[in-house]
Amino acid sequence: MSFTTAPTRGTASRLARLLPVPAGAGLGRMLVERNATSFRHGWIALVTGFAEPVFYLFSLGVGIGALVRTVTTDSGAVVTYPVFVAPALLAASAMNGAVMDSTFNVFFKLKYAKLYDSVLATPMGPRDIAVGEISWALIRGGVYSALFLVVALLAGAVQSWWALLALPAAVFIGFAFAAVGMFATTFMRSWVDFDYVTLAIQPMFLFSATFFPLSTYPTALQWVVQATPLYHGVALERALMLGEVGVGVLGHVVYLLALGVVGLVGAARRLERLLLS
Amino acid sequence: MSDGETTLVRARGLTKTFGGFTAVDGVDFAVTRGECFGFLGPNGAGKSSTMRMVGCVSPVTGGELRLFGLDPATDGPAIRARLGVVPQRDTLDEELTVEENLWIYGRYFGLSRREVRERAGELLDFAQLTERAGDKVEPLSGGMKRRLTIARSLINGPEILLLDEPTTGLDPQARHILWDRLFRLKRSGVTLVLTTHYMDEAEQLCDRLVVMDHGRIVAEGSPQQLIKEYSSREVLELRFDTDEHGEWAPELVGVGERVEVLPDRLLVYADDGDAAASEVHRRGVEPLSSLVRRSTLEDVFLHLTGRSLVD
Repeated sequence: MSFTTAPTRGTASRLARLLPVPAGAGLGRMLVERNATSFRHGWIALVTGFAEPVFYLFSLGVGIGALVRTVTTDSGAVVTYPVFVAPALLAASAMNGAVMDSTFNVFFKLKYAKLYDSVLATPMGPRDIAVGEISWALIRGGVYSALFLVVALLAGAVQSWWALLALPAAVFIGFAFAAVGMFATTFMRSWVDFDYVTLAIQPMFLFSATFFPLSTYPTALQWVVQATPLYHGVALERALMLGEVGVGVLGHVVYLLALGVVGLVGAARRLERLLLS
Repeated sequence: MSDGETTLVRARGLTKTFGGFTAVDGVDFAVTRGECFGFLGPNGAGKSSTMRMVGCVSPVTGGELRLFGLDPATDGPAIRARLGVVPQRDTLDEELTVEENLWIYGRYFGLSRREVRERAGELLDFAQLTERAGDKVEPLSGGMKRRLTIARSLINGPEILLLDEPTTGLDPQARHILWDRLFRLKRSGVTLVLTTHYMDEAEQLCDRLVVMDHGRIVAEGSPQQLIKEYSSREVLELRFDTDEHGEWAPELVGVGERVEVLPDRLLVYADDGDAAASEVHRRGVEPLSSLVRRSTLEDVFLHLTGRSLVD
């Protein structure tokens, strides 16, 4: 057996010292590789992640669509119900997938599998863990979203070429939610705390102008809805898939970007405090 | 050779506090290339906290720590790239197979896929796990998991291997297999740093060790030196038909150099254990059983702290 010294990453560590962010060695992709390897043994999860929004599209879009016929969107366009609801389902499933990955899965790895303890014994740092896990959630979410878009296209629920941007937008929505989800997970003490996740996710799923336009709500409630993150995800996807792209889209992007950055930095900081004490 | 070449780890006044609790209280030690260095002490002595600082996963509260001449506070990743870590509790990846555990762990070090596959093959041989390469980790025995953890810690070809309680929870046979593997590593030039609360493990493996208690180092030396310095050559163990062995201590004054009272027996320290046993008999003291044995590190620890290692 031969013993040689592994390569070190001096530049990365020097950079980490200069920036006020948790340490990392630029090796976050290795955690993605680890998750992909593990995922090969449990590919069934891919099927469920894809099936959920498709089921919703057919039960709500087609089923309720037969009763509702058309909807007047907040921008004044009149569209069929499946066309109205498909972008919202895309945004909601991006949120759901990202949150599941970054809460349940990360909590298990953090508290039970002790995965990160062994990762941190290598050159990798807490920032690599945050970047790796969130990237993985995005890759997975991206695959689901792409498949959903194909189904939506086949079902006639896509109206504009802007819809090509709906996929990157879905990944972007996933980023915001995965980052915040992982940040929240670092505060969880036991599985009981996951009730809070459900408590946050379910009302957002139902009331973020997902299934009916924002104008349906009284003005005061409209403000509340507009303050929540999924609303911005839904509005972003709807603008792209209906081809109603305006300056307002930028506002949604900025909101989600801010959420994601706060979550990412917060998650890495908390991991540092939890695991490197 | 410079200091960083021969002295791989150096600690001066190394301290770790958690809130108001001082886990490691100003310890000094140095580990030289190629040796097996041990921290012996009971649970809560500060061994694991010291190891976590050496492993660059726990920031130093006070004092100075250098590995390869580098400071963990600023060069953590570069240092960790040259370390192998075997944690107290196995942290194998149960979602991966045996060989995937080695591959992926090697990737965490930034090694190429080709490199990790090559090394994993050698290491599976070394850990006697080649036949289990494609199996899941979960059904492996405790000894196999430990060997896999050690194999995993070697994937980056570390210069120092840190082992925290390497054989805790293993049966005697599995422990001997593991010790054999560690001997081989040492012979191949890897520096071993380990913690243990087993005196037989410390005696078997360590060239040099420090005895820790309440976050401090109370003695340092080779196992033989420590026994010579802090204990007699032999020990006479006496068991009496009583609930309070202390009652018999006055009867034994002067039989050996020293008498220690334990809940279940009395230990008489003497250079000649058989002569001490004859003297006990001559005085008309009748124990239930008596046994003469060599002094061990357990006796050293008892003498230094007044307590046993394993409670």
